[in-house]
Amino acid sequence: MATASVLGVFAHVDTTLDAIRRLRARGFVDFTVYTPVPVEEIEEEIESVRPLSAVRLFTLMGALTGTATGFFLTIWSSLKWELVTGGKAPVSFPPFIIIAFELTILFGGLATLVAMLLLGRLPKTKPSPTYDPRFTLDRFGVAVDCSPETAEQVRALLTTAGAEEVRR
Amino acid sequence: MSVAMRPGEPAWADVNRDVIRTVGMPGNTYFSWLCLVGLILGCGVAAWAWQIWTGIGAAGKRTPTMWAMYITTFVFWIGIGHAGTLISAVLYLFRAKWRTSIYRASEAMTVFAVMTAGLFPLIHAGRMWFAYWLMPYPNQRYLWPNFKSPLVWDVFAISTYLTISVVFFIVGLVPDVAALRDNATGFKKKIYAVIALGWEGSDSQWRHYRRAYGLLAALATPLVLSVHSVVSFDFAMALVPGWHSTLFAPFFVNGAIFSGFAMVLILVLPMRYIFNWYAYITDKHLDAMAKLVLVTSLILTYFYLCEVFTAWYSGDHFERASVFAKATKQYAWAYWGMYFCNSISPLVFFWRRIRLNTVWLFVISILVLIGMWLERFNIIVPGLAHDFYPYTWGTYYPTVTDSTIIAGSFAWFFLLFLGFIRVMPSLSIVEVKEVLPHPLKHAHEGHH
Repeated sequence: MATASVLGVFAHVDTTLDAIRRLRARGFVDFTVYTPVPVEEIEEEIESVRPLSAVRLFTLMGALTGTATGFFLTIWSSLKWELVTGGKAPVSFPPFIIIAFELTILFGGLATLVAMLLLGRLPKTKPSPTYDPRFTLDRFGVAVDCSPETAEQVRALLTTAGAEEVRR
Repeated sequence: MSVAMRPGEPAWADVNRDVIRTVGMPGNTYFSWLCLVGLILGCGVAAWAWQIWTGIGAAGKRTPTMWAMYITTFVFWIGIGHAGTLISAVLYLFRAKWRTSIYRASEAMTVFAVMTAGLFPLIHAGRMWFAYWLMPYPNQRYLWPNFKSPLVWDVFAISTYLTISVVFFIVGLVPDVAALRDNATGFKKKIYAVIALGWEGSDSQWRHYRRAYGLLAALATPLVLSVHSVVSFDFAMALVPGWHSTLFAPFFVNGAIFSGFAMVLILVLPMRYIFNWYAYITDKHLDAMAKLVLVTSLILTYFYLCEVFTAWYSGDHFERASVFAKATKQYAWAYWGMYFCNSISPLVFFWRRIRLNTVWLFVISILVLIGMWLERFNIIVPGLAHDFYPYTWGTYYPTVTDSTIIAGSFAWFFLLFLGFIRVMPSLSIVEVKEVLPHPLKHAHEGHH
């Protein structure tokens, strides 16, 4: 059970990356990395062991629901009143494709938003204990959840990697 | 400690500082502008109230030119929105780094322009309290919209465009507002904390955020192309000479990007000066935007010529008569004004010195906006005023009411934009930092 958390504050991308690699080499997997901007190198390092974000699945499902809704709405409502308008049959596909397309984008976009909020656990009502306001400015943070016995080891590791500041 | 930076380039902390200082209590000049814009908007609202009170005839609408100024201005505002999505979605997918310093302002422009455009179908409809009839909703009479009508496609296209633009805009704002929150105190901090959704920039948040952002960009790209195509179908599906053309979709989309970039320049140039953002919006950005205006202008000129050529080559009497009437009859001033503003004046951007001269950029951008408004006027008013039979011909004259409402729409747009730049980061903190050199302890490491 992880009961302690150690936070290392870094000023550079390379030192942060180094800390992540060292942590992983020692078998620590339960850590959070805070960055002011998304950094490709750090992302690659973290993503290499974690599954890909599932946002795209939500987008796909939303988009397909939109397409189906678009066609269903147009076809079903046209069959309610089978009127020939503009010399076209009540159910004529070309104009309905436009509605289906727009709803594909609409539902897909909204599903993407929902996915980002759900998977990213947003909105977050209480700040994490390890969060520091400098992480939206120019500092990087590596917060490690570990057992109290290993906390000292983690502290030493983060310091060696080049942390400006390490705290529990 | 060595940080891989070029001289004169801002560091990450500078970006936060330079953006945060723009958010806060503005000076008297700002409030004077706000009052002026508010006054014009007030006149516009009063004119709209007058139009509702007396009837739509107050807008000078009479057969055959029933679409007149409102639809002209509607198409104009929808077009303005397009450059914002082009910058925020299309250039994002193409990884064009120069977009980062202008994308926030242009995305705000998109949202506000579509909000302005959305007013016009309501104003134009006269009895705007029945506007919800366009939406499909279950009702006692089992009546549904006619999905074969381009006007209904338009409702779907524009509501989707507005929704997705707002989502994209707000998602982009979240990490930036978090930076504002971490710098603010008291009541402001609380408000920013709510908008920032508790953003912390943790790896799991970024992971889903980045994926979502990319997918939204991928969805917005075909959307932006479809929206103005659908708007063009409002015309192209009709049989009016000069409207019934397969050229309309690309013609409208290109014109939209052209006018949108002009509006971005009009907004960004004063911001760069007032906020002292010369380090972020550099000559490179101005050059790139001016080049895009030039390219889209050339394409537009090609379309104009195509229109004339096809009218002549088709041998269709009505098409030829329509073009001839546009160029020589009562609206000839609009036709030639359009050519001057859209085809001739942007040609000066072939000179690099002019592309980097802010006064020239500003003046040409205003001319482009006038030209693009005239283009829509040319399609709608002379098109309707001179269709198949001489007995249906007619002339439209603007009235005080509709002109005031149109002036009010500009005031509404600028009011929204002025409000935005003082409460929200109008330069993207995260994206600007992303393209700056990342802080490295050992300059060679990390650059793979």
